[in-house]
Amino acid sequence: MAFVAPKETYSGKVYNVNIGTGDKAISFGSENVLPFHSFEGAVPNKPLIAYEIQDVPPSDWPENVQKPYSSVSGDPVTWAKFCQDSLNAKAIALRLLGTHPDRENRSPEDAAKTVKDVLAAINIPLIILGSNHAEKDAPVLIAAAEVAKDKNCVIGKAQEANYKTIAAAAMANNHKLIAMSELDINLSKQLNILITQMGFDKERLITDPMCSALGYGLEYTYSVMERIRLAALTQNDLTMQPPMLADVGMYVWKIKETQAPESDVPQWGNAEERGIAWEAMTATALLMAGAELLIMRHPKAVEAVGKVIEELNA
Amino acid sequence: MALTGVEIFKLLPKTNCKKCGHPTCLAFAMKLAQRQATLDLCPDVSEDAKRILGEASAPPIRPITFGSGDKAVKMGEETVLFRHDKKFVNPCTLAIELKDSLSESDISKKLDEVLTSEIDRVGQKLRVDAIALTNASGDKGKFEAAAKLISSKASGVPVILSTTDPASAEAAVKLFTGKRPIIYGVNASNAEAMANIAKTEKAILGVVANGLDELSTLTEKIKSLGVEDMVIDSGARKAKDIVENNTLIRRAAIKKNFKPLGYPVINFVQREDSLYEALIAAVGITKFSSILVLISIEKWKNLAMFTLRQNIYTDPQVPMQVEQKIYKIGEPTAESPLTITTNFSLTYFIVSGEIENSKIPTRLAVMDCEGLSVLTAWAAGKFTASKIATFIKESGIENEVKHRELIIPGYVAIISGSIEEKLEGWKVTVGPREANGLPAFLKART
Ligand code: B12
Ligand code: SF4
Repeated sequence: MAFVAPKETYSGKVYNVNIGTGDKAISFGSENVLPFHSFEGAVPNKPLIAYEIQDVPPSDWPENVQKPYSSVSGDPVTWAKFCQDSLNAKAIALRLLGTHPDRENRSPEDAAKTVKDVLAAINIPLIILGSNHAEKDAPVLIAAAEVAKDKNCVIGKAQEANYKTIAAAAMANNHKLIAMSELDINLSKQLNILITQMGFDKERLITDPMCSALGYGLEYTYSVMERIRLAALTQNDLTMQPPMLADVGMYVWKIKETQAPESDVPQWGNAEERGIAWEAMTATALLMAGAELLIMRHPKAVEAVGKVIEELNA
Repeated sequence: MALTGVEIFKLLPKTNCKKCGHPTCLAFAMKLAQRQATLDLCPDVSEDAKRILGEASAPPIRPITFGSGDKAVKMGEETVLFRHDKKFVNPCTLAIELKDSLSESDISKKLDEVLTSEIDRVGQKLRVDAIALTNASGDKGKFEAAAKLISSKASGVPVILSTTDPASAEAAVKLFTGKRPIIYGVNASNAEAMANIAKTEKAILGVVANGLDELSTLTEKIKSLGVEDMVIDSGARKAKDIVENNTLIRRAAIKKNFKPLGYPVINFVQREDSLYEALIAAVGITKFSSILVLISIEKWKNLAMFTLRQNIYTDPQVPMQVEQKIYKIGEPTAESPLTITTNFSLTYFIVSGEIENSKIPTRLAVMDCEGLSVLTAWAAGKFTASKIATFIKESGIENEVKHRELIIPGYVAIISGSIEEKLEGWKVTVGPREANGLPAFLKART
């Protein structure tokens, strides 16, 4: 029996999203096939990994992922420059954690100043994230979007509770926008529709279906992402065609497997390598499910995943 | 994909003799297509038709058991391309490569790593499943000697014997009689000899070709030689090619019922860098590998690979659950604290683990919430005050403990008042939100 390769043709395509300005601007998305299926269609861009930094020192991060940044993380500007110049980061994700009311409760003006200083120090694209406090994120992200006007940043995350103000700010200042819902394809679709109904261009959106760590619900994120991607490609569902974000570091570096010392769990092996592997493997699995933008923390995990991306495209 | 009624009809005697209990051969064919009748009802059907129809109704990816005894692993039997459609059936086998050029002590050391690789995670025992012995030396004597070492030191572990030399394969495979090993390295030039060995020794053949066309031809040839238990290697080594070939194989088998590729897939993902190797393995785990061969198996790496495999292979419709009952952690007395949670495996194992860490003997009441996490169960109306009250009353715990205090998860603090209303005589205490707050919380009470 002769073998005929059962290739598929897809009716839809993921939007091309370009972020940043100048010669360091970068694009992701734009493929018209399932992840890494260049044998049956076009995959013009590679997934992009952004290094996560925050406006306050990462005392909430486990020791093993604080360490690589110990000499720079006291100040977000130094930290950002370190990622760009020493780690060759292609993008940076600045989380304004210090604005959270239960943390330093910094004002939107303080946050805007941080954003401004970081932007002045780097030439790679910037992703600006709130503290995930729906109420506080609205004024914080408005101030951040304004101070970053025309820098073509990514603003996030707009959720059901606060999307109106955040989307309006992203639109007025020419940024891209992350729309996040909680692990449900219908909620994700609905939020994208609500945001585009405000007049926000759907081709400037990034969908965050919510991440989960390996061993802690990864299979839910994995399947929601696969379903979103299939809807986009096989049903040509326009509301499901923005690229997807996997906000990996934050979910991975809070679970036991990335923290417990080997002395407590000898059967789990070396804690440092375990943590790095956990982040890298979560990221790799979500790449296979369709993520195009990843936010990660450990330089060794970023490096390893970067190599996998090369090999998947080579 | 099964045959249509008309395709089946063409294979029947077409005499309309009614012996099958149907008015016509066509009517019977239609019933067969809908799987509402079985072929044995027709006494006149030819042997040829039986064979074709039998093949058409076989699972699209051949089920094969690799190894024997309690460490045997099942492969194949997959029915879908995406895990949200239906559960992936047989989790990918992880195998570690041993080269016969290694010294005896190095081989022994690796065998120990395999034998002690078992980890318990969310109630499942997970381990490195198999050993792949490679004839790197090219020497038959060395290959046989290494095989002997494996068969004596790691006797229950399923084995892949990797060599292109039939004489070496034969010498080694005899050490695993009855243990269903795989002979890997079967190609167009050694197929006859290898097939003969496999038939005598009841071994599985690991077939390797350059590309899917060549691979299809080769499996057809081997099948015609009388061997049907095969695992297939398309020659893909790079991640990109693994994704492409594994996807095309899975599609051909499932969507086109293309038999020559309807076998479990073996992928070789060896990389010098251990972390990098784990990530290429992750590509294989998500994209349809049935066997992955690696070089190294550090504990941290195993834990991550096992966990991914477990995640990808859980049933998307039914979350992993534990039995509803009151679990004793440590040796609780009548005075020991009583905590409650849901029966989602992940929740149970996290919470019970933290209680163990606290070293305070404690009872953990696990309530059936159809495998949902605390907040999900609460939102779905399964972890409510009245259900908790009924569960506690009916559990008989009131005869076991002297106190009347129930500790609930912090995330459902909101229901503490109504539990107290419905559970007469009981006091409800709100515990921490995250389970990792439990050790401090429990210790502070003593
Ligand atoms: C995965 C998930 C699902 C999965 C189900 C997975 C499962 N097996 O439960 C699916 C997709 C099916 C689902 C469905 C729904 N979900 Co849901 N889901 C989640 C999600 C993302 C993670 C849940 C999880 O697995 N947590 C991990 C486990 C281990 O956590 P846990 O059981 O709570 O245990 C922790 C603590 O509670 C504590 N703990 C546990 N027991 C005990 C005991 C004691 C004594 C103590 C002290 C502590 C303690 O320790 C554990 C670790 O720290 C959450 C959002 C989130 N990030 O939490 C939403 C979430 C729980 N879901 C929610 C909702 C509303 C639903 C739905 C009703 C609708 C929907 N949005 O889809 C349905 C209902 C399901 C049904 N059958 O009807 C809401 C609940 C809202 C609320 N605050 O009440 C959440 C919070 C999302 C949100 N913000 O909207 N969901
Ligand atoms: S018994 Fe066989 S030959 Fe006779 S009618 Fe049925 S199918 Fe046709």
